Amino acid sequence: MSVLTELFFSFARIGAFTFGGGYAMLSLLEHECVEKKQWLTADEMAEVTVIAESTPGPIAINCATYTGLKQAGMKGALIATLGMVLPSFLMLLLISAFLQNVMTVPVVAKALKGIRVAVVLLILRAGINMLRNILKKTPDKKTALIFFGVFLAITLCSLLLAWRIPTILMILISGVMGYTLFSRKGAAR
Amino acid sequence: MIILTLFLEFLKIGTFAFGGAYGAIPLIREAVLSRGWMDEAQLMNLLGISESTPGPIMVNAATMTGFGQAGIIGAIVATLGVILPSFLIMLVVPRLQKKWSGHKVIRLAMRGIKPCLAGVICATGIHLAVELFQPQDADTHSDMIILAVFVVLCLFSFGWKAFKKKPVPPIALIVASAVLGIVAF
Repeated sequence: MSVLTELFFSFARIGAFTFGGGYAMLSLLEHECVEKKQWLTADEMAEVTVIAESTPGPIAINCATYTGLKQAGMKGALIATLGMVLPSFLMLLLISAFLQNVMTVPVVAKALKGIRVAVVLLILRAGINMLRNILKKTPDKKTALIFFGVFLAITLCSLLLAWRIPTILMILISGVMGYTLFSRKGAAR
Repeated sequence: MIILTLFLEFLKIGTFAFGGAYGAIPLIREAVLSRGWMDEAQLMNLLGISESTPGPIMVNAATMTGFGQAGIIGAIVATLGVILPSFLIMLVVPRLQKKWSGHKVIRLAMRGIKPCLAGVICATGIHLAVELFQPQDADTHSDMIILAVFVVLCLFSFGWKAFKKKPVPPIALIVASAVLGIVAF
């Protein structure tokens, strides 16, 4: 098998069989790319993870693009990324195409009502876990908590009172605030 | 120009979704509601299906939204939009890292962005929880049922954590909730 087909099928397999999104894929990606195929060194994998976490977008895409690029240049990057995306894409096309019809089946409608509750729970859990991880790592817990509280309050007001403050604006503001605040603290130290 | 709008909206989501798929949820919500592509109930279906199917969650959500608005072409452009920023970043950033100090700026900015996002995600969760209890139909009993399902799911995930020593995987929670939904509603 050529490198390109290998790249495609490795990422397609992980994309097709891993539930729970990019974070759930990380350990599988590491196993495939570092241990099995030796496409990346452990250090490179760690670097990809750090870049993936501090840049926007789907984490799985970051990893596929980087590995593909390293193994086979631009073509490799495209093929690996395509492999990662294609299974999800096809599956969701299929689901979307039949969803309208299936929704009218009472059992499906009831199941989806139940799933809504789980989705809310998962979002709350993700937010709380994110805060916990930040508090574990940051040297400055107080500032992190203030940021968390302020933006939680602003978002809640925005949502409940229909202020419609765009999330992107809050991300930009918090980024600028984080930079000015922490770079000054670093200089003072 | 629905195709262009889809592409740009999902490009925006891919550009600002820090912290994985959950960071993207507030952005996806804003996009589909403000464009009138979905109502709250359809949004919850979208999120439920995206999280319970394999693969990157943002890609799933983009494909489904795109297909709903403009068929296969819509699905393709929305997916392209959401993955393009990551793709381009990975072409450039690793090469720059050694000689470029920009990552220091980003690291400092991330110390503000991460707690902000945790707050935004929690607030979105609280808001969606409140929305759950605003029944679309005139069924007055549904509030109590939703509350019961919520409590049972909480117990389920705490129980899972206590026995298996690790958090319940999303797919298990979603399957459990689907079964509960069929039984309870």
